[in-house]
Amino acid sequence: MRLIAEIAATHLTHRKRQSIVSILGVAMGVGFFIGMAALMQGFQTYFVSKIIDVWPHIIMKDEYRLPSLQPAQRQFPQGAVALHGLKPVEELRGIRDGKAVIAALNRIEGIHAAPTMRTQAFMRYGAKDVSATLVGIDPELERQVSQLERDLKVGSLNELHTAANGVILGEGLAAKLGVEAHNIITVVSPAGVILKMQVVGIFRTGITTIDNFDSYTLLKKAQILANRPNVINQIRIRLRDVGNARVVASSIESRYGYRTEAWEETYENVLGIFVIQNGIMYSSVGAILIVAAFGIFNIISTIIHEKTRDIAILKSIGVAELDIRLIFLLEGLAVGMIGTVLGWALGHALVEILASIRFNIEGFVRAEGFILNESPYHYLIAAGFALISSSLAAFLPARKAARLDPVDILRGAA
Amino acid sequence: MSAALQTLNMTRILPGPVPVTLIEHANLSIGKGEFVAITGPSGSGKSSLLYLLGLLDRPTEGSVMLEEKETSHLGSGELARLRLAKLGFVFQFHFLLPEFSVLENVMIPMRKLGRLSGDAMKTKAMRLLKSLGMEGEARKRPEQLSGGQRQRAAIARALANDPLVLLADEPTGNLDSKNAHNVFEIFRGLAEDQGQTVVVVTHDPHLSEHTHRQIHIVDGRIVDA
Repeated sequence: MRLIAEIAATHLTHRKRQSIVSILGVAMGVGFFIGMAALMQGFQTYFVSKIIDVWPHIIMKDEYRLPSLQPAQRQFPQGAVALHGLKPVEELRGIRDGKAVIAALNRIEGIHAAPTMRTQAFMRYGAKDVSATLVGIDPELERQVSQLERDLKVGSLNELHTAANGVILGEGLAAKLGVEAHNIITVVSPAGVILKMQVVGIFRTGITTIDNFDSYTLLKKAQILANRPNVINQIRIRLRDVGNARVVASSIESRYGYRTEAWEETYENVLGIFVIQNGIMYSSVGAILIVAAFGIFNIISTIIHEKTRDIAILKSIGVAELDIRLIFLLEGLAVGMIGTVLGWALGHALVEILASIRFNIEGFVRAEGFILNESPYHYLIAAGFALISSSLAAFLPARKAARLDPVDILRGAA
Repeated sequence: MSAALQTLNMTRILPGPVPVTLIEHANLSIGKGEFVAITGPSGSGKSSLLYLLGLLDRPTEGSVMLEEKETSHLGSGELARLRLAKLGFVFQFHFLLPEFSVLENVMIPMRKLGRLSGDAMKTKAMRLLKSLGMEGEARKRPEQLSGGQRQRAAIARALANDPLVLLADEPTGNLDSKNAHNVFEIFRGLAEDQGQTVVVVTHDPHLSEHTHRQIHIVDGRIVDA
């Protein structure tokens, strides 16, 4: 066995430059995988943990997933008559008997529910005119379902009670309006109600869409603005165990009939982008490793071509086919392993460099640099990729070498 | 005298669009301690016969027996094992591994067989090289040697595992007449002084006449054994 390894080593050291290039190819693949995986997963886990942290885990809306059936259709489900031009009855929007629903939900262990009235509004301050989402909340219950209080940069939730018409703005929204705490803004609702409101707080969650568009006020004020007294149109729910969000959401929906979304569904588009991101990462790193595998295939084929006489003599001496195959497999594996170790170092260096870069980004989330997640799994996955592809790349030429007929070579050489 | 190598009605045909018969119905027995030359015009099948006797090639029909044991049913791994333990090859070209020293080249078959300790292998390889007048060259690489020295190193390697039969294919083909004579003398010394069984393919009548026995082959048929 040592003999086999020695022969393999002499082959690689004999073609130093080619071996180094092949090793570097593998190292690049491994290194970039580690760097990219840290970058992607860092961002993704950060985003998800942010969402779970600041956003209610489940939201019940005053909508139905399917349009309601027409009375005639309900009466005669198998009917053959089609009616066109029917107008659905205009229903009063809102969750019916919302207070009872919230009370019932809050009795369940591990579930906190809070009522909200969500409406669109125009906010005016000076010459600025900005459209925003105004969410009416019950501060006491809201504390149970979101981290709004913690995310407040200025002010507190209690000031909603103490100020006359208090409103809390997202940081981006406040910046767009150019307001600071205690400024008075004019809020105009689609229902035509106009209120002068005092900014009592500014929050920053770090999630751009929320910070740029959302604002909070008391439930009652929102109902006044929307001109829908005593109506709530969303129930926010927070779970003790966020892993159950989908299951709990669908059981709540089947019980009450209203569309109930777990956070995964609300942020489905973003999570879908993550899947695409991961696909791009794996395929581009895969491509690097495939190129590296071609390099390995190339060097081993060259060595075999150069060493056909040596192979013939080894076989005539009595070195078995299996050993010959092992020699070249070992060469491929050696390139893969050395490349992997170098790639680990490269990947770690890459992560360190990325982590040291400071800048402001404002994408889905706001951050002051790359958010990185360096995980031992990435190192293992990269090593697995590299070793599998390098041994596959070595396997084909090695098999060919093992099958060489020494008689053919001896005849040709003699 | 027991037979070291025997063939029974051995035929080797190269398959192809036009099959080529290399060896036809060869019946042959080589006893232990014999010094045999295989002679014949070029293209007559001398080397093919040697490869068959050396278990490097398999007969299409008939059989080859090593120490009176049938080999045709053995797998390639078992044949490799037999070659390693029982046979030694010398070719026209030396076929030394260029990255290894002479000593390391001689030790390769021993290491593959793995019967001796590292030190014992080294001692034995040095003894073999010394007996061939090569002890001064043990640490050199093949490219630093002359043609005659390379061939002697190859002979030392062929003898590494004390083979039952030493097979040589035109071992003097690449050498000038003086070196060719020296190398042939080595074979004769091995055969006559040490009782080594030697089968050597040569087309040089000056060399073959010094062997104990000539097997003459024409067009793949043994005409005079």
